[in-house]
Amino acid sequence: MANSTSGQEKKSYLYFPGCTMQATGIAYGESVRTLFRLLGLQVEELEDWNCCGATSYMSIDERAAFVLSARNLSLARQAGPRDLVVPCTACFLMLRKTQEYVRQYPSIRQEVEGALKQAGIPPMGPVRVRHPLDVLYSDVGVEQIRAKATRRWHGGRLACYYGCQALRPYAEADQAYNPMRMDELLQAVGVTTVDFPLKTKCCGGSLTGTIHPVGVRLNYIILKEVARRGAQAVATMCSLCQFNLDAYQSEMREEAHEVFDVPILYFTQILGWALGGDFRSLGLHRGIAGRNLIGQWFTTPKEVEAYV
Amino acid sequence: MLGIYKQEAYERHLRFQRDADPTWGRKITALPGCEGILTCMQCGTCSAACPLSVYMDYTPRRIIATVREGFREDVLRSQTIWLCASCYACRVRCPREINITDVMYALKREAIRNRMYPPHFPIPILARAFFDMVKRRGRSTEFWLVLRMALRSNPLILLGMAKTGWHLWRTGRLSLGYEKIRGVGELQKALASPREEV
Ligand code: SF4
Ligand code: SF4
Repeated sequence: MANSTSGQEKKSYLYFPGCTMQATGIAYGESVRTLFRLLGLQVEELEDWNCCGATSYMSIDERAAFVLSARNLSLARQAGPRDLVVPCTACFLMLRKTQEYVRQYPSIRQEVEGALKQAGIPPMGPVRVRHPLDVLYSDVGVEQIRAKATRRWHGGRLACYYGCQALRPYAEADQAYNPMRMDELLQAVGVTTVDFPLKTKCCGGSLTGTIHPVGVRLNYIILKEVARRGAQAVATMCSLCQFNLDAYQSEMREEAHEVFDVPILYFTQILGWALGGDFRSLGLHRGIAGRNLIGQWFTTPKEVEAYV
Repeated sequence: MLGIYKQEAYERHLRFQRDADPTWGRKITALPGCEGILTCMQCGTCSAACPLSVYMDYTPRRIIATVREGFREDVLRSQTIWLCASCYACRVRCPREINITDVMYALKREAIRNRMYPPHFPIPILARAFFDMVKRRGRSTEFWLVLRMALRSNPLILLGMAKTGWHLWRTGRLSLGYEKIRGVGELQKALASPREEV
């Protein structure tokens, strides 16, 4: 399939899925793995990783939150000197934040290292934690994606939605104010992306589950702007953004009396499809909203029959 | 849920300096990530950047000022700390590079520790359920978390969630798994190791 004959040695990465990749974000995990395979990159899942604790641990016990990530960083170091690819933005930020705070604050370092030692866990090392957007943009590159694409995009215009924690506060997946990497990667496979000023506005994260009306409202604002900018679908890079934008459209339809049926895709699904990946292995059957459009855009006539 | 604060909002009393506890303000300012509070120039950029400030009773700018003065009750009983979605928009825009998100986290922790939130308020319940689940198994499953949160806050919200649940089930995105990592013993040991008092 993928012809990685570009002369360079096969790059290998460690992969940190995180809890959502087994549940609501399963399509993200599937498409990241498929895309990496098509690009001839090796990914190996980090053995026995634990949950990052997300915002909940930070809200209860900061040190415990750092300890959770410290164990993961220790496992990553033991697994060899490879970059750790982390698609979930909550996991990504928790790992990065732990590294930064341990470096900046001697008191935190002491506590975290002490806790690992107490439990017989080897110390953490200098592991490079990376978001797939950064890996695809910096290691693979727009040109290689363009060269390897076997299908040309025939779907509608897309709005690229970057969300929050992969860009803030550390601005490593892309720059914090006007990120463009996802736009550039998708343009390389023929997608027209619209100018989208809300690309880094927060989706509210878990607010849709806790203070529901506020959470839904934030997502309504984002989708409204998507429509206003003339985009027919959204490309995301976070499982929580994807879920929030995808799952509550029927509710918005009832409340705002507006018809939203917008496919919410992962950018890795689109790239994977362009590189020849098939519908199911990219998790494209897992969308809730805009299923008709997804069917039209990503399938050959034969596959449509099996899908509908 | 938030309506609980309504009456207070209408009867807001004047603050007197004697209500303040400057020691508390200094304690928060000394926490890792919260050092910047003292340098805040009250420009309001954080409030402008915050996607949730329109729903907040105290904007992020005002939280910083109120913490600095030491009005503990006002801050910890505000809706703001619960509405903060930890999106870091304020943080990257603040001209003084103040870590407002971390201040919000510190306030959430203190409010949860002291049970300063309305009864059946879902956010602390969710955080607590999440905390316990990961401590026991090393992983979390959204389905069981949401179920626990709903049962302990307001089971009626499950009705509203049923449709979303059905969509997730239909698309194979609802995991009922109850995974446990092999290293859960060492993880628990690390979490339980003695700490310095904060
Ligand atoms: S942006 Fe920074 S300096 Fe300005 S009010 Fe907010 S915290 Fe203070
Ligand atoms: S981190 Fe919290 S306070 Fe800051 S902008 Fe985001 S929601 Fe607002």
